[in-house]
Amino acid sequence: MQYLLLIHSDESRFEAMSQDELAGLMSEYREFTADIEANGNYVAGAQLQPTSTATSVRVRNGETLVTDGPFAETKEQLGGYYLIEAKDVDEAIEIASRIPSARAGTIEVRPLVKRPAEVPA
Amino acid sequence: MTDAVERVFRDEWGRAVAALIRAVGDFELAEDAVQDAFAIAAARWPTDGVPASPLAWIVTTARNRAIDRIRRERMLATRQAELAHLAALPAEEDEEDVDETTIPDERLALVFTCCHPALAVEAQVALTLRMLGGLTTEEIARAFLSTEPALAQRLVRAKRKIRNAGIPFRVPPDHLLPERLGAVLATLYLIFNEGYSAHRGDLADEGIRLGRMLASLMPDEAEPLGLLALMLLQDSRRAARLDEAGDLVLLDEQDRSLWDRTQIEEGRALVERALRRGRPGPYQLQAAIAACHGDESDWVEIAALYDRLLRMAPSPVVALNRAVAVAMADGIEAGLALVERLEGLDGYPPYHAARADLLRRLGRREEAVAAYRRAHDSTANEAERRFFERCLAELRD
Repeated sequence: MQYLLLIHSDESRFEAMSQDELAGLMSEYREFTADIEANGNYVAGAQLQPTSTATSVRVRNGETLVTDGPFAETKEQLGGYYLIEAKDVDEAIEIASRIPSARAGTIEVRPLVKRPAEVPA
Repeated sequence: MTDAVERVFRDEWGRAVAALIRAVGDFELAEDAVQDAFAIAAARWPTDGVPASPLAWIVTTARNRAIDRIRRERMLATRQAELAHLAALPAEEDEEDVDETTIPDERLALVFTCCHPALAVEAQVALTLRMLGGLTTEEIARAFLSTEPALAQRLVRAKRKIRNAGIPFRVPPDHLLPERLGAVLATLYLIFNEGYSAHRGDLADEGIRLGRMLASLMPDEAEPLGLLALMLLQDSRRAARLDEAGDLVLLDEQDRSLWDRTQIEEGRALVERALRRGRPGPYQLQAAIAACHGDESDWVEIAALYDRLLRMAPSPVVALNRAVAVAMADGIEAGLALVERLEGLDGYPPYHAARADLLRRLGRREEAVAAYRRAHDSTANEAERRFFERCLAELRD
């Protein structure tokens, strides 16, 4: 099964980090990514620019409304994701728990809807 | 349902559902198929007689119903794998000769799946009662003061989450077992407590029945024994907990001759058996504490056990209980001093009640009245409220 691991954490914490701390965190991330690649769990992943760069788009009555900022103001913001392959939710939880940001933030584990070919009609 | 069908339903529902889930890999389909099988049994057994092996008959019939359902829904193309699994279960032709021991007991996998931490606690409770206990949605709704549609919805969502989120149907591997077993024990205890505190004996009985099942399925674990012992010892006081008017009677005012001796003896034997394993846990310690209330209560021993429990599983509630035990063992002043130091229990009625009781014993009447008022105002339980009203009335006399 495929799961999207959404990494939510408090952006202001990153802004407050020293260069050394940031470099340490990034090296932890590289190590984690290399590990799940080696185990065959990694499908895709990326870090996102902060929510200050976000733009929200809505189409209402045929009109495109563009606004500055994320969809919702929350204490923790979506800062990155991994798309993984795992045999069940227990494996997904185990992988999510090793994401460095799990220690300060929250990882949301979301199963993907199976591709039509796999869905029983 | 006839008596025979009802008895088999009660004894074998959980095992039949678990066997079908293993075969079809789907909670909803398994539950529906077993439900169908019992409906067929209710129609046929009164005339055909009860089969030699009712469980094998139910599982075989349910398996056939599941195959029918899958075919009917034209899922053949995508569900070949499930059909292949089903074919491995005993077939109808030999249903009379099927030996129950050939049907694997998958109830442990079922209980761990129902109590998976990815499910909300309310969903865990509802699923456990439905899938293992065989309670109807109506019975569960009634027990938890919910409506039947809301409860049915909760069950449907939980079953879909199990399927769509990939919650595995298995007994967790060793490295996950302690944490996952903790969730199972907590859910069973919650079922029991919900019944016990709301004076719904049937739900308390169900908690004990499930606890018995877990203890027998995990003979090497000490904590399931501890939980079963704890539930039995608490339940032994059921008849003494309420007076004729339906009002609460405190432990030290209960008529101990009303306590159920059989349950006490079984509970005590279980605690001893569990503790001999040398792996004490919170449930074993709580059971050991409950076992200290005999014809008299051994408060010194109780305070010592609460000390250990507080170190093992620190919580404000345990600290409160320990403080009360210290008050009984070492003196009211010492206990009250500990109670006054507790934090985070403002919304917990027993905290105010315990404080009030200690203040009353020390003759600090006005403070006791204020504390009983807090207790009264913070509980939603009718029997508790009446109890606090009575305490207040006694203080005014």
